[in-house]
Amino acid sequence: MISEETKLRYAKEVAKYPADQKQSAVMACLAIGQQELGYVSVEVEQDIADFLGMPVMAVHEVATFYNMYNQNPVGKFKLNVCTNLPCQLRDGVDTLKYLEKKLGVSMGQTTPDGVFTLQQSECLGACADAPVLLVNDRSMCSFMSTEKIDQLIDGLRASGGN
Amino acid sequence: MTEHDVLSRFQSTGAQTCFHDRHIEPQIFAGLTGANWRLKEYEARGGYQALRKILGQNGAEGLTQDQVIATVKESALRGRGGAGFPTGLKWSFMPRQFPGNKYLVCNSDEGEPGTCKDRDILHFNPHIVIEGMAIAAFAMGTAVGYNYIHGEIFSTYERFEEALEEARAAGYLGDNILGSTFCFQLHAAHGFGAYICGEETALLESLEGKKGQPRFKPPFPASFGLYGKPTTINNTETFAAVPWIIRNGGQAYLVCGKPNNGGTKIFSVSGDVERPGNYEVPMGTPFSKLLELAGGVRAGRQLKAVIPGGSSSPILPASIMMECTMDYDSISKAGSMLGSGAVIVLDDSRCMVKSLQRLSYFYMHESCGQCTPCREGTGWLWRVVERIENGHGRMGDMELLDSVANDIQGRTICALGDAAAMPVRAMLKHFRHEFEHHVEHKTCMVPAYV
Repeated sequence: MISEETKLRYAKEVAKYPADQKQSAVMACLAIGQQELGYVSVEVEQDIADFLGMPVMAVHEVATFYNMYNQNPVGKFKLNVCTNLPCQLRDGVDTLKYLEKKLGVSMGQTTPDGVFTLQQSECLGACADAPVLLVNDRSMCSFMSTEKIDQLIDGLRASGGN
Repeated sequence: MTEHDVLSRFQSTGAQTCFHDRHIEPQIFAGLTGANWRLKEYEARGGYQALRKILGQNGAEGLTQDQVIATVKESALRGRGGAGFPTGLKWSFMPRQFPGNKYLVCNSDEGEPGTCKDRDILHFNPHIVIEGMAIAAFAMGTAVGYNYIHGEIFSTYERFEEALEEARAAGYLGDNILGSTFCFQLHAAHGFGAYICGEETALLESLEGKKGQPRFKPPFPASFGLYGKPTTINNTETFAAVPWIIRNGGQAYLVCGKPNNGGTKIFSVSGDVERPGNYEVPMGTPFSKLLELAGGVRAGRQLKAVIPGGSSSPILPASIMMECTMDYDSISKAGSMLGSGAVIVLDDSRCMVKSLQRLSYFYMHESCGQCTPCREGTGWLWRVVERIENGHGRMGDMELLDSVANDIQGRTICALGDAAAMPVRAMLKHFRHEFEHHVEHKTCMVPAYV
């Protein structure tokens, strides 16, 4: 069941495209759904399919093709650390390893308290800021030295997600 | 502190990458501070004067569509996304008399490893892209456009949406722009993590709400593009170059650069330099000068090699690179490509096998799976490089790599296959001895690689 507020957000995306091309909004709707729930559930896919008038399998196809859609629930904060070559040359891999140690999880895992999910990622498009990581798909963190990582993790923990 | 407060402390300010005052005769980055991206400030820098000029709103007669295209042709502006195709020529392919919808698309899906210029353009000077797109739309008679922005730079996407609102409110977008008969609706869309969508037809598929799998060409987008309608797709930086060209003339732009390579170009310099960042310099600037602007090789080390145009472009050893100038023709003559202008610098502590291992993993991960040579071949390339790196390489692996790369290149629908194969072949061409050393000694020639 989609809330009225979510419907408004979906409708704003649909309005960008020709009336007979509502499907074009599926990428944005999935991103909105994920922002609200934390991941793309079967129900979210169904709601979007109904809203856009497209087969749910076509929505699922999109949700599973693009790397940033979460197929399963993730921690309160999803951390994507770039380790591609330009970042690798500037401590990207060390950044990932440091986070693994600090959080006590391996990449791909979520901390037992459900606060952090740690993932390796491909190029985030911020190569000159290396090392970089992306928090919850929307916030890029640049020049992440170990001191800054400490500040970020401790700060996010203390914020309690508010 | 709230979550937002915490995260905002780590956001890039652009101080290191854009506002370092180390550009040479900048056009796109001229006068930017990081705090002056809004419409009023853009206008104060001469913004939207080019749009006024073509619409005949600055006291003189306007320009015709043909005059705009001729000016862009004269400028020798070439596509900044990677292919370097002449922009004016591309615009002339659009069937202007086509009855019905035509589309204009900006490719801001900047995911080529090493490239981060479009992010800074869109984040710190979004209106220059809007104005460039409006001029292009006028020249081709296009009423609707989309800017497809890399999903990973979401705050930039949100800022671009804000800039669009400003431009609509001021009458630079929408119906009857500045009181003329010209109408142009522009919207922003975003990706969500798929390198392949930087390929223009994959981007169109994505914009249609589908998996981003490239289409066969021909037909080219100019005849069968978005929703099957004539469509022109240009890179962000290409559109950003247009207002300057219209204001100052094609000839003025051409002489900024060198023949056949007009204007300035933004190079994203990453890797082993003191000052990674974006540097806008005239086309034809010596590589040595660009390296100097970026503070030289990090920690006083020696230059070993450079990937001059994004991770897909063939790597060049220092000796060749130091003789190059930064333009399409010079880099091409040296055996590589200027590509997106992403210059990845490697110093003498770097192992080429390990570097290639990471790149090969990337192409395997990002292959869309549509064509067998790419889907299977990129996995083969990575597994073989991986075993060489880990000391399990076999004699004959270099020939195997070459053969797999050869079986991918030129045999796929889009250029991702070529992009995966070219780095392998260039590494083997210039640094074969490092691969052989790995296989023979089960260890690295440069163990200091961190």
